[in-house]
Amino acid sequence: MDFNFTKEDEAFRAEVRAFIEEKYPDSLKGKVRRDELEREDFLAWHKVLAEKGWVAPSWPEEWGGTDWSVTQRYIWNEENARADTVPLLPFGLSMVGPVIYTFGNEEQKKHYLPRIYNGEDWWCQGYSEPGSGSDLASLRTKAVREGDHYIVNGMKTWTTLAQYADWIFCLVRTDSDAKAQEGISFLLIDMNTPGIEVKPIITLDGSHEVNEVFLTDVKVPVENLIGEENKGWTYAKFLLGHERSGIAGVARSKRNIDRLKEIARSELVDGEQLIRQADFEGKLAQLEIDLTALEFTELRTLASESAGKGPGPESSILKIKGTEIQQRITELTLEAVGYQGMPYQRDLGDNVRPIGPEYAEMSAPTYFNTRKTSIYGGSNEIQRNIIAKMVLGL
Amino acid sequence: MDFSFTEEQTLLRNSIQKFVQDEYDFDTRRKIIASDEGMKEENWQTLAELGLLAAPFTEEQGGFGGGPIETMIVMEEFGRGLVVEPYAPTVIQCGGFLRYAGSSEQQEALIPQIIEGKLKMAFAYAEPQGRYNLADLTTTAEQKGGDFVINGYKAVVIGGPWADKFIVTARTSGSQREEKGVTVFIIDKGADGVSTRDYPTVDGFRASELTLENVVVGKDAVVGEVDNGLPLVEKIADEAIAAYCAEAIGAMKVLNDTTVEYCKTRKQFGQPIGKFQVLQHRMVDMFMEYEQSVSMTYMVNLKLEEDEIERKKAASGAKVQIGKSGRFVGQQSVQLHGGMGMTDELNVGHYFKRLTMIDTAFGNVDHHLKRYAKLSQA
Repeated sequence: MDFNFTKEDEAFRAEVRAFIEEKYPDSLKGKVRRDELEREDFLAWHKVLAEKGWVAPSWPEEWGGTDWSVTQRYIWNEENARADTVPLLPFGLSMVGPVIYTFGNEEQKKHYLPRIYNGEDWWCQGYSEPGSGSDLASLRTKAVREGDHYIVNGMKTWTTLAQYADWIFCLVRTDSDAKAQEGISFLLIDMNTPGIEVKPIITLDGSHEVNEVFLTDVKVPVENLIGEENKGWTYAKFLLGHERSGIAGVARSKRNIDRLKEIARSELVDGEQLIRQADFEGKLAQLEIDLTALEFTELRTLASESAGKGPGPESSILKIKGTEIQQRITELTLEAVGYQGMPYQRDLGDNVRPIGPEYAEMSAPTYFNTRKTSIYGGSNEIQRNIIAKMVLGL
Repeated sequence: MDFSFTEEQTLLRNSIQKFVQDEYDFDTRRKIIASDEGMKEENWQTLAELGLLAAPFTEEQGGFGGGPIETMIVMEEFGRGLVVEPYAPTVIQCGGFLRYAGSSEQQEALIPQIIEGKLKMAFAYAEPQGRYNLADLTTTAEQKGGDFVINGYKAVVIGGPWADKFIVTARTSGSQREEKGVTVFIIDKGADGVSTRDYPTVDGFRASELTLENVVVGKDAVVGEVDNGLPLVEKIADEAIAAYCAEAIGAMKVLNDTTVEYCKTRKQFGQPIGKFQVLQHRMVDMFMEYEQSVSMTYMVNLKLEEDEIERKKAASGAKVQIGKSGRFVGQQSVQLHGGMGMTDELNVGHYFKRLTMIDTAFGNVDHHLKRYAKLSQA
């Protein structure tokens, strides 16, 4: 057991830091914090990393993976969080990508993986439906084989950033007579196919992040099927496991705690810094301690993963604890700014000075928006069920 | 001991319920808050016609002599409808200043106008460096001849964009946080040196940042005594807290009812999700938080007229309860509604946002825990 950085690790950190400093586009600075990211902003950083060969560290080397050690991946995440870089979207890189290189055929790998890697295709996730959230296996979007096509009819919802997407990976029902989990297939669908309509869903913080996707008589070539027909649930579960291991967000949470500390140093209570108040100080310390526990739990998980074990049901811990901590950080940040979080500033326009201190600007919308984290990717109630059943055997 | 409402109080509640039902369904509210004005003048006139704007004023002042319980009923029902019209700032807060400490000239000039729905006011007390300390003021009022010259800045003045006049706290003597030296002024929005920056708030209200630059007012603009305004400000703040607690229980009730109903109808895994014990217990906890909040809201409204220490303890205790319960009920309502709870389209998120912001009004949980602790050790 060892938690020291070697000389090589430190050299790697220096290399990463220098690279980000040199190559991170100036135009993106501040946009993450102000929640102003658009399609080109996400892609700009993605493309810089693709060029460097660092966009998909965990992929097999054959497809562009870096074969970094757990420590190197840890350093990579830390340095990105430190510089507040635009997060890489998971839909291609950590969701459908791994499904394709694990279960896809050679042709699919050759076609899709480089395009994901280079940021040519923007992917979105077609899992949830209005009647199928936690009970995903009850999904009803139907794909009927007709010659060399599937005809797809149905509806997907909560589809993140579908407004920008070129492709959607969908769970569809190909056998209505089979048991729920056994009649599902995993289809890749071109978003430009006739019959697809995307409608925005505005969330309570006023942002447009998620969508409804309607599919009406959408013709999908059979070669877009991943693996075997009716085996889609296996691939879906594999993907959800991957999603959970990335969801802890430890490095970003550390960065956000640092930011919260800066705020709490600026805010005053009876002329003294908020950060010096016993009650606030205690809450902040507790958050840091909980985050440290999560950090080591994640490192243990990553270590056993790199020793050849895939992410197991234990990774639900990372999802639950990671999202709870993210929520508590936004909650405490809003608490720190107090009533200065009240102005709604999303429509203020460019080059207009914020109302109140700049650090308070996004505190309330961020708090409201972050409530989603305990709902998405399998709600935290479902994650607890998974641990109860799969880990504890209850 | 009696916790029942009188017949008049029940009638009052019914009339507001009818107003909310007829004029304030969720879609109508959405239109109101999205409009340029951000409120609906017609509604304000309806509140005047219903006599609500007159409720807390004495009969000599032209009102109905309602007490804290009447105000509580009004605010609870407004909480259910998420009513944005500036009842709390105009009638409860500024109206309170006038009722308790206004000169007879001030009362005669302003109270009838409030009652008739012709005058809206807003209470500008918050300063960024002062956080929740009402005495921490950098806004100053300097005496020059018979006048006062006021300079300073007030943040997040709720109802500011609609107000014709502000009630402003300023320091006339003493150091920045000294109890003595606080004075309360009435300032016209149109007066020279007054400027506002107006904006919507995250919970659908409107507010202003208020800048005062060499604003000159006469002695007749002072409410109460020069230098001795703090006890009055604290009394009004405590009454505002009691009112916001009532608004919060109205909002919590809607959230709990909506959530229980949703969990009875939303099916997953072949059954209503309300059949899952883990969610049942969650909703039981939400229910208990609500009941405890109702109790504390009754408690504070019943104790508003007791001596100062008792009143302050009651207000702080209730605000702590409401802050914690509002957070729990709001967060869990969103959680149990799943993705739907995250949407702007459903009412749940709007109640959650309002409850979140009520915690920041006149002091949050931490502020009032400390205040309570100090008072109970005194």
